[in-house]
Amino acid sequence: MGSQLEKSMALNGRVLGLFALITSLLLAGTHLGTKDKIADSQRRAAQKALLEIIPEERHDNDILTDTLTIPQHYWSVLGLKKGGELHLARKAGEVFAIIVPAVAPDGYSGDITMIVGIHLDGSVAGVRVLNHSETPGLGDKVELKKNPWVLSFDGKSLGSPPAARWKVKKDKGDFDQFTGATITPRAVVAQVARALHYFSEDKTRIIKASASIPQPQAATTGTSTPSTSPADSTGETP
Amino acid sequence: MSDVPYGEISRNGLWNNNPALVQLLGLCPLLAVTGSVVNALGLGLATMAVLIGSNITVSLIRNQVSDAIRTPAFVMIIATFTTCTEMLMKAYTYELYQILGIFIPLIVTNCAILGRAEAFASKQPLLPAAFDGLMMGLGFGAVLLVLGAIREIIGSGTLFANMDLLFGPMAANWGLQLFGDNYGFLVMILPPGAFLVTGLLIALKNIIDSRQQARLAETQAAPVQGSKRVRTTGTIQ
Repeated sequence: MGSQLEKSMALNGRVLGLFALITSLLLAGTHLGTKDKIADSQRRAAQKALLEIIPEERHDNDILTDTLTIPQHYWSVLGLKKGGELHLARKAGEVFAIIVPAVAPDGYSGDITMIVGIHLDGSVAGVRVLNHSETPGLGDKVELKKNPWVLSFDGKSLGSPPAARWKVKKDKGDFDQFTGATITPRAVVAQVARALHYFSEDKTRIIKASASIPQPQAATTGTSTPSTSPADSTGETP
Repeated sequence: MSDVPYGEISRNGLWNNNPALVQLLGLCPLLAVTGSVVNALGLGLATMAVLIGSNITVSLIRNQVSDAIRTPAFVMIIATFTTCTEMLMKAYTYELYQILGIFIPLIVTNCAILGRAEAFASKQPLLPAAFDGLMMGLGFGAVLLVLGAIREIIGSGTLFANMDLLFGPMAANWGLQLFGDNYGFLVMILPPGAFLVTGLLIALKNIIDSRQQARLAETQAAPVQGSKRVRTTGTIQ
């Protein structure tokens, strides 16, 4: 009896082992087959938001990989828990804007992840909310897909409106809130203001550090406007 | 091959034994992602792919696997197909994958799939098993789709919005704005709306079924009275 039990256990074990082997081979095959495509899709998704803020024709570097690490003592200002990198937008090698990741920790239901584009003169190039779990229909109007509200940041800087008015209208500020949702826009406005503060403090270091990143001068990636001659690029001042 | 009861299998999958409306299996994804047609269709297709794949494989190995290890083997198969589907969606429909998020890997726990593997595929040859997977998948997907359409229309006032997530740029203009721009009926987008619509759908199916039964009973009773006709043999249908 015992030997029969042992025999069936050994057999079942072998069959299950064989199964595990075949299924892992199948998984490995699919992984190898889709790996590059997945990396490509992820890259494109990450790039899409960046390109919405700084469109293709305004820069000639690879925004996605042209990055600087954000110093650790600024993490809390930007709401970053695990640190992050800011993206540099250049034209003919000159940085003219940066894109900073920021997280508003005080949304109605948790963190609101966004990116803030800032021109070198301190004005907002664009804000996009990447991820949030605000109430659908109320707080989710911070998404550009749902409502053009985030565009109201464009061109604003810490001087105009004055710092005291970087609030929603309900708090006597300059920015609209939504009907039925004040907490979400309040959190976003405050976090954009903090991102601008961060930039004004870290600006000199960013410019210095970005100048020391070697740029592939002649061999530009070719994805963006290759026909642009260096002559007309000087006209690009934000 | 010709004795496969295709008609019965399809009727079971699509109506009589519909996984979502009758067996009430896989309700978690059903309720969670049906806020819009594109989400519903994405998850429906993914579930159908896994269901067909697992039914085929389970049917192929049904004589090699003893009862003792049947369940772990089935789970392993289902998990493999789910992970493969997940990787493919990540590669080709990345944004949709991001929206559906956790519900793609959770297809593993959709009891409709393990249920069909146990109840049908493990006892049937290849062709009926594959066909059953297709029909059960279609039945599940159809309910998802109807639910998604109703909730999208009532909840956001749109239909087929964002279909480009699934079909690429050519579908970007498929969206219909049915009511005004600021229209929104929050409850229908949130989970309670899913419960309400699912309940109504089940009720509707029961009404149709009972009507049909009543009519069937009538026609069976009919020949007795119908014999007033000139011909006395056979019934006129």
